Amino acid sequence: MKLCLSLVVLLLLVSAAAPAADDAETVDPLMSDVEGAVQAPVDSIPPAPPSDLAARDHIENTDAGDKIALSWSLSPDDGAGAGDVIGYLVLRHPSPDAPGDTVAVVGAGSGRCLDEAVEPGTAYYYTVASLDGANASEPVLAGPVAGRTNLWQPARTSVFVLMIVFFALVMIFTRLAERGAALFIRRIPGLNAIEEAVGRATEMGRPVLYVPGIGEIDNIMTIASLTILSHVAKITAKYETPLIVPTARAVVMSAAEEVVKEAYAEAGRPDAYNPDNIRYLSDAQFAFAAAVNGIMLREKPAANLYMGAFWAESLLLAETGFEAGAIQVAGTAMVSQLPFFVTACDFTLMGEELYAASAYLSREPKLMGSLKGSDWMKMVTIILMGAGVILNLMGATGIVNWFQTQ
Amino acid sequence: MRRRLPLALCFIAGIFTAVQYFIPHAAVQDFQEQLLGWLMTLLAFAFLLGTVSLIRLHWHKIRNRADDRGYSFVALAGLTTMIGLGLFHPAHHSPDSPFNVMFQNVQVPIEATMFSLLAFYVASAAFRAFRARTLEATLLLVAACVVMLGRVPLGELIHEQIPIATRWILEVPNLASKRGVMIGVGLGMMATSLKIILGIERAWMGGTD
Repeated sequence: MKLCLSLVVLLLLVSAAAPAADDAETVDPLMSDVEGAVQAPVDSIPPAPPSDLAARDHIENTDAGDKIALSWSLSPDDGAGAGDVIGYLVLRHPSPDAPGDTVAVVGAGSGRCLDEAVEPGTAYYYTVASLDGANASEPVLAGPVAGRTNLWQPARTSVFVLMIVFFALVMIFTRLAERGAALFIRRIPGLNAIEEAVGRATEMGRPVLYVPGIGEIDNIMTIASLTILSHVAKITAKYETPLIVPTARAVVMSAAEEVVKEAYAEAGRPDAYNPDNIRYLSDAQFAFAAAVNGIMLREKPAANLYMGAFWAESLLLAETGFEAGAIQVAGTAMVSQLPFFVTACDFTLMGEELYAASAYLSREPKLMGSLKGSDWMKMVTIILMGAGVILNLMGATGIVNWFQTQ
Repeated sequence: MRRRLPLALCFIAGIFTAVQYFIPHAAVQDFQEQLLGWLMTLLAFAFLLGTVSLIRLHWHKIRNRADDRGYSFVALAGLTTMIGLGLFHPAHHSPDSPFNVMFQNVQVPIEATMFSLLAFYVASAAFRAFRARTLEATLLLVAACVVMLGRVPLGELIHEQIPIATRWILEVPNLASKRGVMIGVGLGMMATSLKIILGIERAWMGGTD
């Protein structure tokens, strides 16, 4: 009891002796909020204030105009000088002279703060003062600044510019192709193998199995797969070979039905179209894999074509097809599944080759132009990457910063 | 009209989805969220189409006395049992409902079994892939051995450099190739999207006209 009483008296004496007692009273309750606050030596000299305070509208991906970002240069006493700064007190004011509301107390070493509670369209002023264990510096002022709902995300300008360049290249080459310019496209063995595989199935009198992956219809790989399916269906219609298309998504099944039906009609064999061959099996990944494996073992297709988005079921399918002795062609842009297909299939379309298939198979000038545009965009990307590496090594980080989207 | 309407809808939705990426305005982003919500609703309704297709296929097999119609009986029995338990059982919301019990004790273990089979398939595929017939296959074999050893404590026991070599293989040549493929994939996706939005590529709708 005596010890407690002595401590209280001692504390009272210390506080009475401190000349900046008023300041300390304002700051003390906030000290406990300073993250990682280090106990600085208590003195009566306020720390040097921060400088270069800037307040600006914060633009985020869904921008409601209710955030303002603040940044400042650290106090000379933060980590250097007196070294007693333990944090910064950030206040929001409706006018320069009005009392402020506390936005945050930011720990030493940090010169950034995000005010997430502003009224859109209302102008505010901000002050930031550095704090040591007992005193606060003179506050520095910035403003007025208001949060706005923006119509442009500046961080994504680089993406927009490159998208425009890419689209321009595609349109230029499409126009060139339409005018009859000869566009060289390298040979893609996997795509040449599709017709061979269907031919083999025809000779053996067995069906062709086409698996469009387990992606939903909003997956671009599934869309690319449906375009390839259209070409495959025309070949099977021509050869009068049954085409089985198991699907894992109901919408993909509906789309596949339309694609195959139209392809058979275009090939002049609408009578050969069998709706029972376009099958919805299951949305569940491994139930689908088991069902497709069952089709391979019971209906014994001579050619298995896997085109689209695949996950862990890729090897289950491809290994079963291999064991069943079918000729197999796979195509996917799922980088993690490519090794499995390369190992278990006779031919594999790797990554972008899946998207090139439609143009390659149809040789339609418009589609060929887009393919050529992609190739040129790759060249632009390589040049930009090289330039970025060289400039970054030289200390010019502007190009790298420009490409950062966050 | 049968083709123009879907193409027009595709163009409008495609352009909006591309442009909204650059517009942070809350109203635009909220509308995009709403579009995605509509997609989910459409997909839920499409599920009915799948169920109808499944029933039709297996019913045809049973009616035509196909050789493998036994599987069709099982599929239809499973489907009707689960739909019945899910829709009509009085306690279908309870975690202990027959629907959940069937799902947890039949569907989940069967799926786990299928997934487990992957280990055996990986082994058999690896056996074929690692036959050192060519220079490339030999390189693959060596790299695979180093990576496999480097991922287990035994590798470090054999030589302290093995985990370091593993990390280098994964982070330098492997990652570089992956990124190369991914850049090509990204451009291919953009080109395909552009072709579809502009109506240059129409095979996904069926036919090319």
